This record gives sequence, C-alpha cells and structure tokens, in this order.
Amino acid sequence: MPKKSDKKIIFERVKDMPPLAVSLYTMDYNKTGSWRNVRPVINYDKCINCMICWKFCPEPAIDAEKFEEDGKEKYRPAINYEYCKGCGICWTECPVEGAIYTEEEAE
Amino acid sequence: MRKVIIGNHALSYGAKLGRAQVIAAYPITPQTEVVELLSEMCASGELDAKFIKVESEHSAMAASIGASATGARTFTATSSQGLALMHEVLHWAVGARTPVVMGNINRALAPPWTIWTEQTDSLAQRDTGWMQVYAQNNQEVLDSIIQAYKVAEQVQLPAMVVLAAFVLSHTTETVDIPEQEKVDDFLPPYELEYKIDPDDPHAFGGLTGPDGYFELRYIIQKAMEDSLSKWAEVGREFGDHFGRTYGLVETYKVEDAKELIISSATLASTARSVIDYLRGKGKKVGLLRIRVFRPFPAETVRSLLSSVDKAIVIDRNISFGSSGIFYQEVKAACYNEKNTPPIFGVITGLGGRDVGEKDIINIYEDVMKQDEPKSDIIWKGVRI
Repeated sequence: MPKKSDKKIIFERVKDMPPLAVSLYTMDYNKTGSWRNVRPVINYDKCINCMICWKFCPEPAIDAEKFEEDGKEKYRPAINYEYCKGCGICWTECPVEGAIYTEEEAE
Repeated sequence: MRKVIIGNHALSYGAKLGRAQVIAAYPITPQTEVVELLSEMCASGELDAKFIKVESEHSAMAASIGASATGARTFTATSSQGLALMHEVLHWAVGARTPVVMGNINRALAPPWTIWTEQTDSLAQRDTGWMQVYAQNNQEVLDSIIQAYKVAEQVQLPAMVVLAAFVLSHTTETVDIPEQEKVDDFLPPYELEYKIDPDDPHAFGGLTGPDGYFELRYIIQKAMEDSLSKWAEVGREFGDHFGRTYGLVETYKVEDAKELIISSATLASTARSVIDYLRGKGKKVGLLRIRVFRPFPAETVRSLLSSVDKAIVIDRNISFGSSGIFYQEVKAACYNEKNTPPIFGVITGLGGRDVGEKDIINIYEDVMKQDEPKSDIIWKGVRI
C-alpha cells in the first residue's frame, strides 16, 4: 500500500498504484489560499444564508457552517481562507448588496 | 442463424450480441447504418440498451467513456472525419482504462471531400493506445466485436474493429449470427475494478504530477503487451465456441514460401486468391494478413519473415513524409533480426481506388525483378 505523508500519498512502485488515476492523490496539501490577491469577507449582518455562494464556489472553499439562532440549528456560508483563491465568483453571485465585500490582501 | 447482411449491420449485430448497455453515436457516411439498426433495436426493445443521441463524435466518445467508467458495456461507431474529431478523447479512453468497443469504417480523409476507403484515418490513431483489429469480411467484423469486448475487459483498454468503406460496410455477405445464449456463455457480464460508484466516491483522472504519470504510462504499455496473448487466446476460445478460430495474423501457404505478400483487411483477401494463381504458375509465394495491428504482433511477423527471401508489404494508407504504415511497422519489427529479407513497401488504392487481382499480380511481378528496394515507397496505380 502507498505511504501517506502529511502532505500527499507517495507511490514507491508501479505495484502500489491503481491502473488509472483514480483518487491517486488528494490535493488537500496544496493550500491554494496563497494564490489570493483579493480577499472576500462575509458580512453576517447582511447575509441571508441563501447559500448561493456555497453552491457556486468552484474550489470549493466555502463551507456550510452550523450555527444557532433562536434556539434553532442553522447553516451559513463560511470562507475557508486556506483554499480560497479569491476568484470573485461568490461576490459576483451574491444577491445581497454588501453581504460579501472584498479587501486587498495585506501580505 | 445465417443472414445476408452488410458489414455495417455485422457491427450492429456484434454490439447486440455483446449486450452493449450504452450506445452513443453520431452518424457519418459510410457508418450510418451501424447506428440506424442499433437505434431501431433499442426503440423496439430488442436490445436493452440506453441509446444516447449526441451532437458530435467527440461527444459520442466522451459519453462512451463516461458510461464505460461506471462499468457499463459500451459501443460506438464512426469513420474518418468522425474518428479524427474523437482524437482527443481517444487518448482519454485509454488513460481512464475504459474498455469501450468501437467500429470504425476506413474512409479517406478530406479535403477533398471523399467517402471511399483508405486506412489512414484509423492508422493515424495508432499511438493513442487503442487496440485495433482489421477485418477482411463481414463474418470477421461480427466475430471481432464479440472478441473485442472480451479482450478489452480483461486488459482494461479500448478496442476498435476496423472495416473498409463500401467494400465491406455496404457489401452484403452471408454471416452466421450466433445464438445469444452461446455468446452469453463466451462473454459473461464483467465487473470493472475501479468504477464510478456513488456509494464509493473517488476522483477520476485528477491532476497527476511527474511523480505519478510516468508509472501510469508504463502500466498501459504492459497492459498492451499482455493483450497480445489475450487476443490469441480469445481467438482460439472463440473457435472452440463457434467453430471459427482467429489469430493475431492469418497466414496462407507460407510453409514453403520464398516470398511473402503482407497486407491487411480486404486487400489481403484479394491477395489470397492471387496466391492461388501464382502458385499455379509455380511461384512459391505466401500471404501474411496482419489482423491485430495494435498490439503489433512483432514476434510473429519476425519469425515468418526470417524464412523468406523477399517480403512485399501492400499499404492502402500513407504517413506523409515517411511511407506506408504497415510497411513501417513490419520493418521496425524485423530490424534487429539477422535473417531479415529485403522488405518492399507498396502504396496503392488510396481514396478507394480499386485494387484488383491483376494489380496485386503486377505488384508481385514488379518486385520480383528487383533485388533490393530502391526507396521506401513503390507507388502502384497512381498516374505519375
């Protein structure tokens, strides 16, 4: 069986591999957040939890986050900055003015 | 049951008997009848398959790969421009290791627009990793589809069965159509090891870096090499079941032959009757018909050539800037062999120009006057 390091699966030999690229690697180790120039931020005061940004995020770098409101368990979008590339699809698709705004990356 | 059918319908019956579950195809002359009959079979319920109408051959192959990746037995058919349009996804079918089976009708490529037979369309796909079988009659077309499923599923590589436009595709011949139960016995349902399954989700064909891709290519080449013995085995097993045995190549009167005519598909069947004529004249000539082109039966070719004084390869195809493609392959297979005779390469019949017995006799007599080939191409039948 292939070895798993903290970063990726390592195939030592052909016999360790499947005959095709089926789940050959997980790209989790590739923290694509480092590519980001523009940082989307969700303003939860305005966000209506429609989850459109969550549906459209291609990475996907928007998770559905559990939270409690009026004693009920609900979901809202939460941006995972480890993987968000800042592509802008979420703030383009967001139907509420100002619910997702952008900041220039500081670094 | 014996039926008088065209070559295109031999492909359809082959897919039906193979119990294809998904058929995705786009019509093109001279292939149209293949999918016409299959769509009728699907509509009437005679064949329990999903027929997917697509907008192009590229989509036909993409749909076939998708279906095959779920473990469904898949069939498609095309020709010439259609096969060329599929090119990108032909590579994908191989890398994804999907055992798609396809019929290709050999038609010359445009421009100028043409519909007549030539092998350059399928031979231009030789480096994609598809297995290729060249059939010489309608019976072999049907039988090869059934064998192709069996081999493809064992080695997890796609296979195409190739036939000549009009010379087979639209020519009626008597074909024995085996009983479904006998085919089921020969070709049971198969279980794909790595398949798309919602209960066991995986990523397929994901980005793979230089640290993994190289090994996957090695594995494909090994599968291709393994498939050589599988074609031979399955061809023999087919004979045990149905009384018609097939090999990687077919030979005719080679035992004491001093000269060998090498060709493929319908040209080879014309050459066979020429062998009888020349033998009647006291010439010691035999025929080698290359049936399985990919994987290339290099060892068989080498050993047959080692015992003759001259070999003539007749190609109905051309690799511009080089020579006939079967000629290249035969030469390459023999290069490191000590007893290799002079090998002459003839190109004839491009764009479907008729090649009759007289033409092949003429080729033979012409080559017999030469000791060594003067160039890689001997043109025959072209008005220079």
